[in-house]
Amino acid sequence: MSRMRFSRRSLLKTGGAALAASALPAPMIWAQEIKDVTLRQFGTGVSNLNEVAQKVKEDLGFTLEMTALDSDSVTQRAATQPDSFDIADIEYWICKKVWPTGNLQAMDTSKIKNYDKIVGIFKDGKLTPESVIAQGTAPHSVGFVEGPDSKTFAKEQTQWMTLIPTIYNADTLGIRPDLIGRPISTWAELLNPEFKGKASLLDISSIGIMDMAMVCESMGEIKYGDKGNMTKEEIDKTIAIFTEAKKNGQFRAFWKSFDESVNLMASGEVVIQSMWSPAITAVKTRGIPCVYQPLKEGYRSWGGGIGLSKSLNGIALDAAYEYINWYLSGWVGGFLMRQGYYSAVPETSKEFMTPNEWGYWFEGKPAAEDIANPFGDLLAKAGESRDGGSFYDRMGAVACWNSVMDENQYMVRKWNEFIAA
Amino acid sequence: MKKSDTLKGWALASPLLLVLLAFLLLPIAMIVVVSFWQATEFAIVPAFSFENYQFLFSSPVTYKVFWATLRYALITWALTLLIGFTVAYYLAFHIRSNAAQTALFLVCTIPFLTSNIIRMISWIPFLGRNGIANQTLIGMGVIEQPLEWLLYSDFSVILAFVHLYTLFMIVPIFNTMMRIDRALIEAARDNGASGWQILTNVIIPLSKPGIMIGTIFVLTLVMGDFITVRFMSGSQSANVGRLISNDIALLQYPSASATSVVLLVTVLLIIGALMRFVNIRKEL
Repeated sequence: MSRMRFSRRSLLKTGGAALAASALPAPMIWAQEIKDVTLRQFGTGVSNLNEVAQKVKEDLGFTLEMTALDSDSVTQRAATQPDSFDIADIEYWICKKVWPTGNLQAMDTSKIKNYDKIVGIFKDGKLTPESVIAQGTAPHSVGFVEGPDSKTFAKEQTQWMTLIPTIYNADTLGIRPDLIGRPISTWAELLNPEFKGKASLLDISSIGIMDMAMVCESMGEIKYGDKGNMTKEEIDKTIAIFTEAKKNGQFRAFWKSFDESVNLMASGEVVIQSMWSPAITAVKTRGIPCVYQPLKEGYRSWGGGIGLSKSLNGIALDAAYEYINWYLSGWVGGFLMRQGYYSAVPETSKEFMTPNEWGYWFEGKPAAEDIANPFGDLLAKAGESRDGGSFYDRMGAVACWNSVMDENQYMVRKWNEFIAA
Repeated sequence: MKKSDTLKGWALASPLLLVLLAFLLLPIAMIVVVSFWQATEFAIVPAFSFENYQFLFSSPVTYKVFWATLRYALITWALTLLIGFTVAYYLAFHIRSNAAQTALFLVCTIPFLTSNIIRMISWIPFLGRNGIANQTLIGMGVIEQPLEWLLYSDFSVILAFVHLYTLFMIVPIFNTMMRIDRALIEAARDNGASGWQILTNVIIPLSKPGIMIGTIFVLTLVMGDFITVRFMSGSQSANVGRLISNDIALLQYPSASATSVVLLVTVLLIIGALMRFVNIRKEL
């Protein structure tokens, strides 16, 4: 059996992508062997869902063990314990920190069946040919390396990919339209004295500072070179503006975990705050109006992907490639898109969604009938459409990607001062 | 004979000694060692550097946060002492029957049947802008606008602390009060002391060990807390515990260790000073 496997692999190498495409989904001769494989995946809670592991067992036969951690622990583990995982489900800015440690191995794009269909954001950085690339750690800028063992990122697409994109979204401010009672169209509203004592910000420095920057830029107070990589001076100015607002009682609270943000909004303690898309959904499912408000300056966006551990080889590596190809083949994409995220290969996900769901989530059309998430919760009634509109409207308006700054340590210290102020 | 006695003594003490060594002294020693190390963004590097301490002592944030922590501890201590002493006094001297005493004492512990965090978080819907407290006050016509300072303020932090830790004051004070010889009170009364004089001249001095133990409990619990301050202030206030937990979240273990060492030394100094006032061991 093993010999068969090796001969197939050499076949793959010569045969190229086209052959791989036709060969991969076919029943495998070594199916029995692969069933014994266990892949250990860890990552943030967003995409580490047990449903995915169950479906992998059903469709591919091998076992996927999931561990969900917060993003700080994920970074630490990827950087310091390469043997504790096979697959790392991390964000692109984490990749920027972790890749230089050499704990991940580059992936051969010729083995990725749906590579050509992956959205442009993750390849040349452009959603459409006319798109302007946003600030911050844009996924394509850390998405490729020159060769399988290279530790530095390539400037353009190569055959070697660092992460296979899996999930991404565009974040903005959440508001309570019933308590605000007028249209909100700019990030600057977060510091509007009208909402004194009713605003909130997330207390995770790396993301919070970007939301701050969106606000300061929108107020016309600061013009940034790159919001994703600020200078010390820019950090000082940004924090100063928010410290003053904090002292004036602008903020009701800061939140650190998802459920805190939901409770602040649902209880009416806060009417405008930085928020994540599933939190909006959670508020809405309680029957409380809440809008993920598109703003004229654009979105702060994030993206995650799957990386392979350096120590993965042999049949386990084959299994990992199968998993990746399966991941991009549509079922997971549909599962994630029905929760409001985007899939890296939207067109394969389409087959796993109803035309109504596809229209609502991807095309931004009004729902023809009620929209429920995969867990059966009602998210939107017939006639409603998604906040921010279609995929191209939302992902086309990204102003900045989540990132890690060169002055990260300085920023963190200033952030602590801000919280203690 | 004598030698084997010493040996026996050591043998009997050794389990406790080993446990303390392995689970108390060793971890603290490790923290002290790491506090001199250095950290990059995702690794800690063994070194011998004073950088962590240098930054800690040169940053105004440190002083501010230590002062805030101390302030929380002092206010909480004063309030828990006042309430704890009153409750213990009532239980010890006004309730005559033993059965009633035990029953009422158990009543005091009922809130402790749920977890710390749940007791704390349940204040949030109560104190919120549209919470029960504000709605009741508005309904009664006492206020017109909801009181904003009820939640996510120093008020709510201290309220939660007092609620969480008063029992730690009641128990030791009640315990020492029960040991006070009632004949002493009768003697004071016979000599013409007023109720107030009995309280200040007899009961309080004799309750000191209990007060001291309660004080140590409350001070150390409040100084070491981070979750109560985070939840009840809505992350808007900082104390030392939050400083440490932020550092840990950002993988800055050496800096977190340095802060912990300074906190530990501060708390030990405070307790050391308190011990000078009362010799707990002698009076127990």
